[in-house]
Amino acid sequence: MEDKIKQNRRDFLRKGAQFGLVATAGGVMLTQYFSEPANAATNEDMIELLTTDGEVVLVPKSQVEEHHNESAYNPREGFPDKKFVMVVDLAKCKNARKCQEACNKGHYITGENAWLKVYKMQENVETAPYWMPTQCQHCDKPPCVKVCPVDATFKRKDGIVLIDNERCIGCRFCMAACPYSVRIFNWEEPEQFELNMEQEEAKYTPDYCGKPSVKGTVDKCDFCPHETKKGNLPFCVDACPNNVFSFGDMYEDAVTNGSGETFKLSELLKERGAHRYMESLGTEPSVYYLPPVDRTDAFEAGLENYTPTQSVFRTPEE
Amino acid sequence: MKKSASLIVEELAPKKFGIKGQLWVVFLCVVIVLALYAYYQQFTKGLIITGMRDYALWGVYISNFVFFVAISLVGSLVTAVLRLSGATWSTPITRIAEVIAVAAIMMGGLTIIIDMGRPDRIANIFMYGRLQSPIIWDVLVISTYLLISLLLLYYPLLPDFAILKKHFNNRPKLSKWYNKFSLHWTGSKTQFKIYNKSIQTLSVLIIPVAFGIHTVTAWLFSTTYRPGWDSTNFGPYFIAGAFVAGSGAVVAIMYVLRRAYKLEDYITDKHFDYMGKLLVLLCLVYLYFNVNEYLVPAYKRTQEESAHLSDLFTGDYSLMFWLAIGVGLVLPILVLIFKKGRKPLPLFIIGLIVVIGAWWKRYIIVTPTLLHTFVPMEGVPESWHEYWPTSLEWMVTFGTLAGALLIMTILFRYLPIIPIHETIEENEERETV
Repeated sequence: MEDKIKQNRRDFLRKGAQFGLVATAGGVMLTQYFSEPANAATNEDMIELLTTDGEVVLVPKSQVEEHHNESAYNPREGFPDKKFVMVVDLAKCKNARKCQEACNKGHYITGENAWLKVYKMQENVETAPYWMPTQCQHCDKPPCVKVCPVDATFKRKDGIVLIDNERCIGCRFCMAACPYSVRIFNWEEPEQFELNMEQEEAKYTPDYCGKPSVKGTVDKCDFCPHETKKGNLPFCVDACPNNVFSFGDMYEDAVTNGSGETFKLSELLKERGAHRYMESLGTEPSVYYLPPVDRTDAFEAGLENYTPTQSVFRTPEE
Repeated sequence: MKKSASLIVEELAPKKFGIKGQLWVVFLCVVIVLALYAYYQQFTKGLIITGMRDYALWGVYISNFVFFVAISLVGSLVTAVLRLSGATWSTPITRIAEVIAVAAIMMGGLTIIIDMGRPDRIANIFMYGRLQSPIIWDVLVISTYLLISLLLLYYPLLPDFAILKKHFNNRPKLSKWYNKFSLHWTGSKTQFKIYNKSIQTLSVLIIPVAFGIHTVTAWLFSTTYRPGWDSTNFGPYFIAGAFVAGSGAVVAIMYVLRRAYKLEDYITDKHFDYMGKLLVLLCLVYLYFNVNEYLVPAYKRTQEESAHLSDLFTGDYSLMFWLAIGVGLVLPILVLIFKKGRKPLPLFIIGLIVVIGAWWKRYIIVTPTLLHTFVPMEGVPESWHEYWPTSLEWMVTFGTLAGALLIMTILFRYLPIIPIHETIEENEERETV
């Protein structure tokens, strides 16, 4: 039964934004439907909808309004009825660095400018070390957005924090403000690989960071809205061989990992004792970490790839 | 001092540069040209030519900017605070202070543009400016301060320009310019009434703006979470430090001008003595703020603060830190509490030390903090863990300092260093008493 629900959810996620939007809209309409039972016609065409509890319900078609927000999508506003969230399972990370590789490749960036880093963490000498992938936390109270003088870095309705590289003046105040040090600066003309026709022809849009990176402006993790739009998972989530990352929509209360397994977000966070990085600062990140307990691999397995004073790689071939 | 008005005008009217003055201007111009070359490199290649990287994301440009803003505060101190408190002894040095303020704030504004990654997009600040950002507060308050400072420099010059117009009768071109700038000043009763009222109003207005400009500059740092910056003490701490730096600059420059233009009758030992007393008081206030700023976090020793403070007290920055505190702040106090220490020459040397110490102090406030991040510094070359300005960065920085000195030099060349009209007036008052 549980597997079936998972399967349902997965299909649901795969179908992407459109169905999701219908479901949310349906949710709103449902309350209206239940509150006005007299209006419910029995012989009307019914439509199947998935509730946030994972149940399939039948609703008259007339009560469902289809929102075609796809066409109204604006890179500055984002998806108005989504709230993206990521869960990082520290128990599974063994510093394979595939996330970083995929992120760099997908965003055409080179090593020193990596937005995603896997840190070797250890609270103190008595406690066990662990690996911690860290990228932009897409805070709900983002200190970087607060200080930006020109509204170049902004927060979208779906929770994603982005940078408009055509507006950024390069003052780097956002970098000073970010306690997670996730922002990188293009100190020179960025050295980007795979500058193919697709990229050269593409019109710049802030929801695909790194395409292209702009000299004298700030870059960082964009939470891959360019991938979610296509129904794919972010590059790092997809690339991780150990299912460390799960990504999803908070409103749907579901996150999916690289193997396509979907979890109920609220249960996952509660059962696994999740926390957010530097919660005390009040930044309210969109990234949750599951503690490094009952680990799948020994910490030492990751030391092979541990190169603290080296950038990852310059080109994908290397 | 009993001098006729014509003698005073003769002595105080602007004079042409001597050979030393010309060499000085040439020297400044050379430094500026080198800076322009270095900036051209930066403009074309990007900020990569500096020593800054993703962790040390601000460097000497920003500390230099803070220094300029700090120095500029002295204009409000000498012209406004001392004027309003009825300290008439400060009359001969008001213009020096105001010229320093104007030059410093102009170069401060320029320095912040130099630090920008995309100076070509400066218009975005006006097109998309967000009032929530401390940078916009800084832009607003710095431009306001520059405007009021310029007016506070200009208004007291009106009667002087009228005097100079007559004085340079034999040089019609120069006379014509002074006439234009004097705005047909006749010295009528109505004009004086407006004149006094305007200066009084500006003197009151500039004080909150001066506090604003440096408090906001402090907030550029203290609105972040970074160790060493995350402090509620930062606004007053910066203001206290700014008055020290500015007074040091006034003392040093008034000594040079007194010697260069033989102004011993106007800038007397008494003025040095008083400025010395003022400086020692300001240094004591600043020392108090320093104790607060460093001792309280050193007592608590949270992880990040502790790493930052160790760097300052015993680590890479310790020599700089203790020199800035010991020589730049404690030594001046020890010297200036003695009457002999407030004689012109020792005070001049102390003034220079204070200014240089103040410059380094800002460097120490800005750069070490950024090297103590909350996350581990990993996945970047080892060199990114440290910061030291590159030679091109130094060239640009020295260029801005030379720029400020050149603005001052040019203004001192064409404006009477000592306010002529007020000096004559006070001289007459003294005779009638």
